[in-house]
Amino acid sequence: MSRPILSTLVAGAFATALGAATAASAAGSMSNDMMKMQQEKQQKTMQALGTGKFEKCFGVALKGQNDCYAGPGTTCAGTSSANYQGNAFKLVAKGTCTTISTPNGHGSLTPIKA
Amino acid sequence: MAPVVASMASRLGDIPPCAGVGLKAEHYRQIIEHAPDVGFFEVHAENYMGAGGPPHRYLGAIRERYPLSLHGVGLSIGAHAPLDREHLARLSELVTRYEPGLFSEHLAWSSHGANFYNDLLPVPYTRETLDRVCDHIDEVQEVLGRQMLLENPSTYLAFAESTYSEPLFIAEVARRTGCGLLFDVNNLYVACTNQEWDSASYIRDYPLQYVQEIHLAGHKPDRDEKDRPLLIDTHDRLVDAPVWRLFEHVIGMTGPVPTLIEWDANVPAWPQLEAEAARAETILATVRQGEVRRAALG
Amino acid sequence: MRPLAERQGAFAGGLLDAARPIPSGLFGPDGQASLKRFSVYRNNVVVSLIEALEAAYPATVRLVGEEFFRAMARAYAVAHPPTSPIMLGYGDGFADFIAGFAPARDLPYLADVARIERAWLEAYHAPDAMPLTADTLAPVAQDVAGSLVFQMHPSLRIVRSRYPALTIWRMNVTDGEPVSVDLERGGEDVLIVRPDVEVEVRSLPPGGLEFVRTLAAGHCLEQATEHAIPIEGFDLAANLAGLLGAGAFIGFVNSRTRG
Repeated sequence: MSRPILSTLVAGAFATALGAATAASAAGSMSNDMMKMQQEKQQKTMQALGTGKFEKCFGVALKGQNDCYAGPGTTCAGTSSANYQGNAFKLVAKGTCTTISTPNGHGSLTPIKA
Repeated sequence: MAPVVASMASRLGDIPPCAGVGLKAEHYRQIIEHAPDVGFFEVHAENYMGAGGPPHRYLGAIRERYPLSLHGVGLSIGAHAPLDREHLARLSELVTRYEPGLFSEHLAWSSHGANFYNDLLPVPYTRETLDRVCDHIDEVQEVLGRQMLLENPSTYLAFAESTYSEPLFIAEVARRTGCGLLFDVNNLYVACTNQEWDSASYIRDYPLQYVQEIHLAGHKPDRDEKDRPLLIDTHDRLVDAPVWRLFEHVIGMTGPVPTLIEWDANVPAWPQLEAEAARAETILATVRQGEVRRAALG
Repeated sequence: MRPLAERQGAFAGGLLDAARPIPSGLFGPDGQASLKRFSVYRNNVVVSLIEALEAAYPATVRLVGEEFFRAMARAYAVAHPPTSPIMLGYGDGFADFIAGFAPARDLPYLADVARIERAWLEAYHAPDAMPLTADTLAPVAQDVAGSLVFQMHPSLRIVRSRYPALTIWRMNVTDGEPVSVDLERGGEDVLIVRPDVEVEVRSLPPGGLEFVRTLAAGHCLEQATEHAIPIEGFDLAANLAGLLGAGAFIGFVNSRTRG
């Protein structure tokens, strides 16, 4: 593509984008489905929380991971020497992956039930 | 406890000799919306070393309303290796930003070689460790431009090479560096039980005159392979009865000092934490009244 | 007397490798060695690292279940312990580790979901910055638009997946509801940014990733366009509007007048 054509294209798109962004912020709505979905979800969360403002002002409260307490005693997590890369242990995922399918059916993605 | 707390804090920055609570993310909202009446909040410094984002929003809002103390958990003061200068600079930045009334760290180490072990590991109480720890505390106090408090550890084992008792080691550190002390009374109880030390003689040897803050927390009883009691410093439950008794005994001698309830795992709903703080506050108030009475009698 | 450096080396060496005998000279109250007492420290270190990873990768936990996750996290933690005392940054290489973790081979999208989670966490803790609004750009003359160089928001991250990793991530956070996903339906490009306090996670349209990446590398709008335009379905106006709306830009200069 030649420079003048590219310049014209960029200039035009720039104006369109500004118009779209301004319209979106003026209307207080977002421009695609994903954004709409997000907003609806957010509204639901707000209602669930009872007030409409708190998380908007502060965001999600994540716990810190630096601490000064001891773990749950002498349980085995720290003392296990299990090698899950080897053959001795059969480690099987048992999470929500059951719901993920391939066109060939669940196939190898289905976890083995314990 | 409202009137007492309010009158004790001469400036918002100063930590009053009242009960405070370790600040947990689970309670940010409760605290900001309902402004519960506690003397101060304390945070782990490293949890606020991100560049920006919600943690700073929350802490900033809470700092506007409460005195704050800063509790480091990652400086590795007890390590043989030099202090991490970058980390010290980050601490310095936090101190400048939030102007905490107190800054404390642990008599422990966490870093070795390139690794950070995310636990407060114990040190042998030797002359060599003493020199290291004192050098490191001198450096911290110089860089931060303020006094720091050193906290006694919970320990689960002893070192063959130790030549000092823990309280005499700490007394020597305080004397040489001019640092203050954070007396963790739960750690005292945990260490005395696990090591079969006598807590009365520990307290006799411990330099109470330097204590500027007290920590209280819950621990979990376990047993070692020889069926001896092994208490784990879990911070996941109510303060145990013997720890409350030791607390009364200690503040009977030091007078009221800022006292923190630490509850870091299985964090309960706010009211339970506030009730623990109120219990500490009641004990502090008794001591305070005793002091007032003694002063009046002249 | 045992020198402190040697003592701490031996102590540290015994923490992550549970197969090693416990260091000598560590005693219970009777002056005898105690495996259980040293194990308290081993446990504290490993469990705290596993828990830090669990907190950082909640969707990954949901996808594989807690037991699998903890075993995988444990393997990562002992192989890659933290090198910084700031735990909120721990787990940097976890997604790459997952990609090479044999027991997770049957979940080819798992590493990419972890990459999205990592980007989310980085955006959460990134420096704060005020996004550019359309109003600020309105006075810019159209004919210089092509030479604008944008300063990107410091929280901005992009993730490319050969799988529908964003869709899977969304179904596995907070109130998401997992449903069947066709893994062969094509990849997803993801934009993550925190314009204020909330981390935004958005799907990028075709060419969007190439476009943002070129802009983020400091190239002007015209160069970024040139780079993305060969990609089928690339819509410049939609991409620009999307980025502006997401708060991806915090400043701009005209590269022609910049001296």
